[in-house]
Amino acid sequence: MNVISRVARFYIDGFRQMTLGRTLWAVIAVKLIIIFAVLKVFFFPNFIKEHAPSGHEADYVASELEKRLSDNE
Amino acid sequence: MTLLNIDATAIDWARAQFALTAMYHWLFVPLTLGLGLIMSIMETCYYRTGSTFWRAAAQFWQRLFGVNFAMGVATGIILEFEFGTNWSNYSWFVGDIFGAPLAIEGIVAFFMESTFVAVMYFGWDKVSRRFHLASTWLTWIGASLSAWWILVANAWMQHPVGCTFNAATMRNEMTSFFDVALSPVAVDKFLHTVISSWVIGAAFVVAVAAWYLLKNRQQERQLAIKSMHIGAIVGLVAAIGAAITGDESAYKVAQVQPMKLAAMEALYDGGEDVGLTAVAWVSPFEQPDYAAGGEAPLRLAVPNGLSILATRSLHGYVPGINDILRGYTRADGTVEPSAAEKMERGRTAIEALAAYRKNPTATPPAALTDNIKYLGYGFIKDEAELVPYVPVNFWAFRIMVGLGSLFILFFACVLFIEWRTKQSGSFPRWLLCAAIVLLPCAYVCSECGWLVAEFGRQPWTIQDMLPVSASVSDIGSSAVALTFWLFLVLFTLMLVVEISIMLKQIKKPHPELAGA
Repeated sequence: MNVISRVARFYIDGFRQMTLGRTLWAVIAVKLIIIFAVLKVFFFPNFIKEHAPSGHEADYVASELEKRLSDNE
Repeated sequence: MTLLNIDATAIDWARAQFALTAMYHWLFVPLTLGLGLIMSIMETCYYRTGSTFWRAAAQFWQRLFGVNFAMGVATGIILEFEFGTNWSNYSWFVGDIFGAPLAIEGIVAFFMESTFVAVMYFGWDKVSRRFHLASTWLTWIGASLSAWWILVANAWMQHPVGCTFNAATMRNEMTSFFDVALSPVAVDKFLHTVISSWVIGAAFVVAVAAWYLLKNRQQERQLAIKSMHIGAIVGLVAAIGAAITGDESAYKVAQVQPMKLAAMEALYDGGEDVGLTAVAWVSPFEQPDYAAGGEAPLRLAVPNGLSILATRSLHGYVPGINDILRGYTRADGTVEPSAAEKMERGRTAIEALAAYRKNPTATPPAALTDNIKYLGYGFIKDEAELVPYVPVNFWAFRIMVGLGSLFILFFACVLFIEWRTKQSGSFPRWLLCAAIVLLPCAYVCSECGWLVAEFGRQPWTIQDMLPVSASVSDIGSSAVALTFWLFLVLFTLMLVVEISIMLKQIKKPHPELAGA
């Protein structure tokens, strides 16, 4: 058996023999789905990408900072 | 109060959301770091003795480590989401600096931890004892190295070094990776944070062991006795280490964030021969009238303590809040300008930056380069904004130090009684109850440390460069408020799941420990 198949067998056997690990993996899977498929997609967009034209992000941030200053005056 | 079109509460919600996420994330990380050390020590005992008891003991703690590890996975990712959405100006501003440490953290965390965690759990009887032991230690080392890079990023925000501001790209660019990675603030922060995490691991192990002894669980009795021993040794060493590194951290704070130290101490007017406040009355509910000067009521202080802590000199000068606002002269003779002057120079820098961006020249104008150090002060409207909320800093610091000292006493007490009773497990009931009660206190102590670190640097997200008011996205407060409540529900649910799985694992019978 070559190294790759031995490593694969190591992981497959490990996963098969899990007891508590099954519950933990289930929790991890649910959590990752919530984090990446729900929170990231629907609630946490990249704000600058959404508001600044591509390649003009620096201009957008600069104008934002200038506006904050002018609000102070 | 509104800032531009931004409802000021958007800043508050964004801060609250970040604090909630970070504090929740920090419930898992220190236990991973602390328990990882103890389980590695136990497996080392197995490796050295070949005893099946130590093997079962190491496996027992590794199971609990696994529960905590699984619950903590990816909770830190949410912080990065929040950077991109709620703190977009800040995110752009620091992007080039954070890229390298966070990328290294991701690679190290993914490859090192995931590889060796798998060997640790799946490799019993499949790899050699030596390789298995190495994997267990490397899992812990990988987790600690991950913490290093995150703390490097945090330390940079507290004390930005190794970078230069590029007015054309509006970003800070790294000029020296080593200055960023090995900044003295980062080194101290890492040592203090990681060593104090060992206290949490030790408190957890001792509390679980105490519960077995209180319940008189015979199967787990030997595990409890040995775990109390190892846990108390690690705990005592770590609690003393945390005190020493904490002292060094406070010294660094005095050098680079004197306002934070003044807020921690409720020091309104500074001077020489300043005492370290042991107790004083600072109302937890309102900012004190620091401008009136004087000192907090009912103050009891250790003579010259603060001068020694902040300057390493008995008679050293320590500036108070009012001195920092008015301007003062540092020990090395450099003059620290007043807040008003810094604010004026900050506005000059921002205006010069705007002019430069409209009509770019080969080199940025002197008005920008000469005043860039004070850029962030240009966004400050009132100098009172420069004073962090004193009550949180003052009390969080005292709770942290008080509980830290209590842990030194507690672990010393456990070891003393253990020595007197010749490791028979005959601990007095009050001590076992105290061990369980002190477990949540260890978390409170650790979270208070973060409160001091993060509240104390307000109003800055990046010290002197960018305040929270300029860092936050032009985002509606309702969107941030919604995700805040969403997180609160989600995090609470996950915490309940973790605690119930953990308790189930602890409470179930462990015949393998009895037969070992």
